[in-house]
Amino acid sequence: MAKQIIPKKHAMPHQDPQVRAKNFSEVALGYTEELAVAEAGRCLNCKKPLCKQGCPVSVDIPEFIALVKERKFDEAAKVIKRTNALPAVCGRVCPQENQCEKFCIVGKKNEPVAIGRLERFVGDYIINKEEVIEKAEPTGYKVAIVGSGPAGLACAADLARLGHSVTMYEALHTPGGVLMYGIPEFRLPKAIVQKEIDNLKKMGVEIETNAIIGQIASLDELFKEEGFDAVFLGTGAGTPYFMNLPGENLNGVYSANEFLTRSNLMKAYCFPEFDTPIKIGKKVAVLGGGNVAMDAARTALRLGAEEVYIVYRRSRAELPARLEEVEHAEEEGVKFLFLTNPTKYLGNDEGWLTGLECIKMELGEPDASGRRKPVPIEGSEFVLPVDVAIVAIGQGPNPLLTKTTPDLETNKRGNIVADELGKTSKEGVYAGGDVVTGAATVIKAMGAGRTAAKSIHEYLMSKSQV
Amino acid sequence: MYKIVAKKTLAPAIHEYDILAPKVAKKAKAGQFIIVRVDENGERIPLTIADFNREAGTVTIVFAEAGYSTKKLAQLNAGDAIQDFVGPLGVPSHIEKFGKVVMVAGGVGVAPVFPIAREMKAAGNQVLGIMGARNKELIFWEDKMKEACSELLVTTDDGSYVRKGFVTDVLRESIEQDGKPDLVMAIGPLPMMRAVANLTKEYGIKTMVSLNSIMVDGTGMCGACRVTVGGETKFVCVDGPEFDGHLVDFEEQLMRSRQYKTEEQLALNRGGCGCGGGGKCHG
Repeated sequence: MAKQIIPKKHAMPHQDPQVRAKNFSEVALGYTEELAVAEAGRCLNCKKPLCKQGCPVSVDIPEFIALVKERKFDEAAKVIKRTNALPAVCGRVCPQENQCEKFCIVGKKNEPVAIGRLERFVGDYIINKEEVIEKAEPTGYKVAIVGSGPAGLACAADLARLGHSVTMYEALHTPGGVLMYGIPEFRLPKAIVQKEIDNLKKMGVEIETNAIIGQIASLDELFKEEGFDAVFLGTGAGTPYFMNLPGENLNGVYSANEFLTRSNLMKAYCFPEFDTPIKIGKKVAVLGGGNVAMDAARTALRLGAEEVYIVYRRSRAELPARLEEVEHAEEEGVKFLFLTNPTKYLGNDEGWLTGLECIKMELGEPDASGRRKPVPIEGSEFVLPVDVAIVAIGQGPNPLLTKTTPDLETNKRGNIVADELGKTSKEGVYAGGDVVTGAATVIKAMGAGRTAAKSIHEYLMSKSQV
Repeated sequence: MYKIVAKKTLAPAIHEYDILAPKVAKKAKAGQFIIVRVDENGERIPLTIADFNREAGTVTIVFAEAGYSTKKLAQLNAGDAIQDFVGPLGVPSHIEKFGKVVMVAGGVGVAPVFPIAREMKAAGNQVLGIMGARNKELIFWEDKMKEACSELLVTTDDGSYVRKGFVTDVLRESIEQDGKPDLVMAIGPLPMMRAVANLTKEYGIKTMVSLNSIMVDGTGMCGACRVTVGGETKFVCVDGPEFDGHLVDFEEQLMRSRQYKTEEQLALNRGGCGCGGGGKCHG
């Protein structure tokens, strides 16, 4: 007898768009227990689950969903945590539609099972519970983790579990990397990231903030003076790209990194209660079409901007941002200018941005990326009057560490060269995440951190046998 | 937390702090800077390293009360602690034996000039120091500078101490009388550095300036400290803070330095956060 499948995912409860566009509280409210159990009921528990293949860290998806169906939420969490240390984070920020859910068999004819929402539900369910952390006997080995973003957090968790002594170095005053400075509160509440970091501390991971490796200690000094046996570099892609357009250094032109760091990490949304200011702007243009662009646009709206535009050179179909984020932005009132490319910034005598000159584009032949190449339409220039512009076209690797470590191989883009196991050109030094691959996703960085942890463990254990 | 082990007020609204930060002190080099966050609500502000004591584990900073955050920093006393103190940041000064080096310091710029002058002298250079301030009251570290330089000339804008005139007047006289030095380095307010760079350009003397731009992280992540140097965009935090003064777009830097003037006023007049309990303030 064929099982009746509910065609659509159970809807996610959300804050009303008109209300949420004015606050920084989380937009998606999460499944209730009832909704989670009902959604778990949509899973076919396939014999050969394809969803798992779509997950960069291979979470045992059907296994945890079956446990949710039986209301065994604690056990479901254990299953996820075997391979993913941060379910509450990943359930919120993973591009599920391009990963697990893309391969879901239910999704062939209907909407796929809401794997991401279920992961988030489980992550949230256990987040305030005291977890019993199983740790191996101390090995006596010391590992330094440079950068406390997703790659570093995942690597640290695995190494600590394996019994190594782990110290994590963070350049900023708060650990968490992009989860803290980049992703806004309304998409990823900081309390959740904090909780995950607290869990790491409970596992014995030491975290040193305000510590810029490369400046305060070189990699060689970490080995020789601080006595580390291995180092993992997860310094991320923190250097903002600009388009090199005339007028780019006018006041009012921000990198998305700066705009988001001021708002998220420095809490400029509460200026002057917090000391860090931010230019809000009446009319704001965000350049780019990725998740960072959506985050910047929605932040600008919440700060009080009257009109916020996303300026993107291709069409809606090519937007690299998650569909959910695009829809949320649209619901909140962000305006999209597709097939539009900025050509120059216009300013006044005092150096302030007054407008963005753009040109209309049309889609031509496919380019190297396989997407149809945007081609400017001659004579279609127009001026978008804006007083704030936010450049969200991507980030490169942070150069601080590699600049001071000449014997660490990098490629021409400045990314650290590491093999598929995370091994770099320098003995005992491993790397993973955006600093190796270029800007990607939280879960891919976590996957790389876990792979490197495995390699580091094998490296250390082989050392003991010598 | 980073303890303030000593505080001195050098001139009206200009303070010197020795901060206990052994790891920073161990690595600090002349020309570098640190970032301070006064307290939990504080913003991240860059300040140039004025001195360091590796044995005592202290770093010396000198700052003028300019905006809200420096006023807040000024309220602390010896024994108090600063929330965050991160560094050393930026590329250290390039020190080598150039021959004759002129170190020009304007106002609070004396503090960052001092360790560079000392290093330049130690490297075998003949170091002429020129320091200037608006008036006598604002002159400090004259003794330290005398020691760090082979020769020191002092000037005040209003003539209330030593002589009347700008540092550029003294520099021009020196060049005219004693010939061209091999390198000029100027640190002080932007208009002063611009004036020095314009002067030395006439004579074709290589000139370095140290920029103190608006920054957030100081590690190349935010791009707030953008500066156009020779037509190219550079980040002061990772490419600087020192740049060729003849290539820096000072007009742009001046405009960029005024970005948050309005907000500074707001912060100084400090009201509520304006969210009216609407949930913006997530603590």
